[in-house]
Amino acid sequence: MRTGNWGSFSLIWLIVFLFYGQTLALEVLERPEGRVTDFTGTLSRNEQVMLERKLADFERETTNQIAVLLIPTLKGDSLEDYSIRLAEKWKIGQKGRNNGAILLIVKNDRQLRIEVGYGLEGALPDALSGSIIRNEIAPRFKTGHFYQGIDAGLSAVMAAIKGEYKASKNRERRSRSSPWGALWPIFLFFGIFIFINRVARKRHYHSGGSRGWTSGGIFWGGGSSGGSSGGGFSGGGGDFGGGGASGNW
Amino acid sequence: MNKALIILIPLVIIGVLVIGGFGIYNGLVSAQEEAKTAWAQVENQYQRRADLIPNLVETVKGYAKQEKSILEEVTRLRSQWGEARQSGNINKTLAAVQGLESALARLMVVVERYPELKSNQNFIKLQDQLEGTENRISVERRRFNQSVLNYNRKIRTFPGAFFAGPFGFERISLFEAEEPAKKAPAVKF
Repeated sequence: MRTGNWGSFSLIWLIVFLFYGQTLALEVLERPEGRVTDFTGTLSRNEQVMLERKLADFERETTNQIAVLLIPTLKGDSLEDYSIRLAEKWKIGQKGRNNGAILLIVKNDRQLRIEVGYGLEGALPDALSGSIIRNEIAPRFKTGHFYQGIDAGLSAVMAAIKGEYKASKNRERRSRSSPWGALWPIFLFFGIFIFINRVARKRHYHSGGSRGWTSGGIFWGGGSSGGSSGGGFSGGGGDFGGGGASGNW
Repeated sequence: MNKALIILIPLVIIGVLVIGGFGIYNGLVSAQEEAKTAWAQVENQYQRRADLIPNLVETVKGYAKQEKSILEEVTRLRSQWGEARQSGNINKTLAAVQGLESALARLMVVVERYPELKSNQNFIKLQDQLEGTENRISVERRRFNQSVLNYNRKIRTFPGAFFAGPFGFERISLFEAEEPAKKAPAVKF
């Protein structure tokens, strides 16, 4: 029966994908291993490590997650649009607390955005994000000091959101209805077939057991195992609603 | 054939159909609820924008008194929207939203002529808030449309289509941008 359970498990996943995972064809990068991702070759190895450590320490201390992404260009795409798609895909921040933020820098387009998760909107309102961009980040970027700009920006963001949890101002997003509700007939269906299978098997003792068709390998489609991303950057599940601010330099 | 099996199999099939039917019906209800909640989120963001307007009008007034007419128009359309929303008439609400949106856009063009206003800290803040709100609105509109697409697909495809007619699940229309969208659509398949 163990293999039978795996079969129904992967079938259920197949159904979940068929019904819920249709055409989300977005040109957004997969969530990376680390907190700081540079596709522009701007930051040195050492600078990346320092920023990474800064963000990791902050997360350990406050549970808030911040990610930084540098890309060369959006090829004419809208910054806000790309940024929210990124946020929806990466799901920075913890589920329920939605305490994530993303600093997105589009280097050749000279645009940047701070995307703020629902749970941090209270501590890091749009106007504050805007002033961090204008006063901390953009002036340094203008002179080509990218690392210093990012570092100063992150420091300001952290200062702003520190202690947010103690104030318990998190706005929880309504929970979406889970897809499992619609799936329980399938569980039942399988339950009944397993039951019938058992009954049928009892009547065929001579056949040596494995005649049940649930073990016939019909449903094997490569079980999709949802492995957690390694690299100490776990959590995830934070929701975003378009809060934050954009700027340029 | 065993007698018990002959009785059991039809019973099981009927049971699966009935219980499966409940599941499908519930699925339609929850998809519909999701679309309604998504619309409520859009309206929340409209409210957020409306809340910003009095402060915005006051700030602009301090620097650009001669722009009285546009400021009055924004204020008037804001209260019109509030009334339409109170009355629950969705077409009126949408018309008011559109009017307000275009008036605000014009106001933001007008303020370009006032450099002093543009460097006012309070105004800069308001501008950030307004931009953030506009962005939230577009995010929630898109999510609303996604949930509507999901619901409409459910009531039109098997097995939901079986239940949609008899139980009165009607199509919900998508939110359409009133003007050619400011930003180029970035839909890729």
